Amino acid sequence: MKRRLYANLQKKLIFITLLVSFIPLISLSVVIYYQFAQVFKNKIEEQIEYRARVQSNAIELFLKERTAILLAMADTYTFDYLAEKNNLERTFQIMNRRVGGFIDLGLIDSAGRHVAYVGPYNLISLNYYLQPWFREVESKGVYVSDIFMGYRQIPHFVIALQRQENNRRWILRATIDSAVFENLVRAAQVGKSGDAFIINKEGFYQTRLRFKGEILSKALLDPTHFGEGTTVLEKENTDGKKILYAGSWLKKNSWLLVISQDASEEMTKLFKTKRIEIIIVVSGCLMIILTTILTTHLTIRRLETADRKMNELNAQLVHSDKLAALGKMAAGVAHEINNPLAVIAEKTGWMEDLLTEEDFQKSQHYEEYKKSLGKIEEHVERARKVIHGMLGFARRMEPHLEDVDINRVLNETITFLDSYARTNNIVIEKDLMPDLPIIASDHAKLQQVFLNLLTNAVDAIGKDGKIFLTSRIIDSEIVVSVWDNGPGIPKEYQSRVFEPFFTTKRSGKGTGLGLSVTHTIVRNMGGTIALDSKEGNGTTFTVSLPIVVPEKK
Amino acid sequence: MDELRVLLVGDEREFLEILLKRLLKRGIKVAGASSGEEAIKIIKETPPDVVLLDVRLQGMDGIHTLREIKKIGPLVEVIMLTGHANLEIAVEGMESGAFDYLMKPTDVDELLYKLEDAFKRKTIQEQKIRRLEKLKGSERG
Repeated sequence: MKRRLYANLQKKLIFITLLVSFIPLISLSVVIYYQFAQVFKNKIEEQIEYRARVQSNAIELFLKERTAILLAMADTYTFDYLAEKNNLERTFQIMNRRVGGFIDLGLIDSAGRHVAYVGPYNLISLNYYLQPWFREVESKGVYVSDIFMGYRQIPHFVIALQRQENNRRWILRATIDSAVFENLVRAAQVGKSGDAFIINKEGFYQTRLRFKGEILSKALLDPTHFGEGTTVLEKENTDGKKILYAGSWLKKNSWLLVISQDASEEMTKLFKTKRIEIIIVVSGCLMIILTTILTTHLTIRRLETADRKMNELNAQLVHSDKLAALGKMAAGVAHEINNPLAVIAEKTGWMEDLLTEEDFQKSQHYEEYKKSLGKIEEHVERARKVIHGMLGFARRMEPHLEDVDINRVLNETITFLDSYARTNNIVIEKDLMPDLPIIASDHAKLQQVFLNLLTNAVDAIGKDGKIFLTSRIIDSEIVVSVWDNGPGIPKEYQSRVFEPFFTTKRSGKGTGLGLSVTHTIVRNMGGTIALDSKEGNGTTFTVSLPIVVPEKK
Repeated sequence: MDELRVLLVGDEREFLEILLKRLLKRGIKVAGASSGEEAIKIIKETPPDVVLLDVRLQGMDGIHTLREIKKIGPLVEVIMLTGHANLEIAVEGMESGAFDYLMKPTDVDELLYKLEDAFKRKTIQEQKIRRLEKLKGSERG
């Protein structure tokens, strides 16, 4: 029953301690982790966004440079000059020398006819009048096309511009080297799975993809999802992987440069951090659990010990209370029985007296009467003895004050042990202060105290030794010390000698109650008892009793 | 030697009466008193040799009565009769000048011995005093 109580208490303690230590620890680590993850993700997004912006600027610059040199050429030369194949070729060479990246250069008249051409394809005298880019140039003056197949049936894009010369309009057109352009776009790709590509407003690829996806095919991404300037999106691809996309509009919002990156690839560092954090938290929790269980266990054990001691003490108290009550009862009963007993004894005596007279001696039953009266007296005597025994017991139990001369008590106590000590060759010496004040105390109990101490001293010595007994007045207290030259009490036992049931004597020889009772008696008298012992150097018990002046009679 | 005269003091009538009868039957001149006050009165009028005093008395208690008796007649011997084995009262009585003590219930023979012892002591004391007075008288004469 009690054990279960402690087990429950222990469980509760452990539960509460764990609760209050785990909740903050775990919530703190979760919050910190998510904050950290957020910051980390933002950083990655910022990075990819920055790369997209920078790269789109670079591409824009690439296109602007090519447009600018084409413009310069158109401004410098006339239609007639450029119509000459040699001149056009020289111009093409200058352009490639200056900025590079051109595949061919063509001159087209207002009717859309290819007048002159420098490049690897045979495009001379083709008519572009129906080509969509031709209309764009006519309306805008300068035009950079999307990727298209055109007559050559190869994906490419062109920069074209229109010039007005007197009454004549003509167009100068250059094709950009797709390899050079794609390399420029690809420069933005990173990691094992990262990609960089361009899609147009309608959502068709303008460059080849790193892994799969044909040029001019419909892109998986919808460009309308990307806002103005540069934006970052996170999307799951067909494999269920999270992919980060950064899109940056360029070429007057007609092209979108997209940089893609596998989010999980970047996140591995974060996952590593997560793993470390989990390990730390888990080991922390384990440590908390262990210490909690250990300390709780210790606390409960302490509590249990304290409780047990308390119970022992209570039991002792109850026991002595019981004895005292019993003593009082015994005294009452004894007094009440003693008086009638006395009357019975006297009456019997009187009857015996009368029997001695002559009349009775003649009686037939004289002997019977005499015997019966004798028996009555015998039994009265027996009852008397029982009552005396009871009264003796009652007297021992009842605390009462009387005039006590400590020295007399000591001398009396010594006489009890004298013969025993002498046969074991133990010398009892004494140095008692004369004229100690008479104090109000309990003679029998004091005798018990000193008898216990002296018996212990004698037992400690065994054979051949010395006991030294002193009485003094120190600081208005009567101090009695009992020294023996026995083996002494080991240090580890010294704090326990006054505990009940603690004994070093052979089992059966000591009850372990002697010093405990002594301690209780002395304490109840308002005194103290102290112990001084060194192993191999004897033991001194010192009893200090307050001087209680007896009431005047 | 004069005849032994005893005064019995006790407030338990039954006990007192029977003890009176038994002592009278043994030819001892004995009177009874049922309280300390009555005992003092009797002692003042006709002083006995020995007083057998029960220490448990209503009214004036045994020890008190003992002290009073010793004041009136220092030579009167007192034997304490204690009903309960309260040795402390017996000790106190002895210290206050009682000759001896007896515990109830008592054996009548033991009581007789004690009475005779007490009487002897009283007679010896009286003889000593008489002798001293004689010496004093002869010195003067």
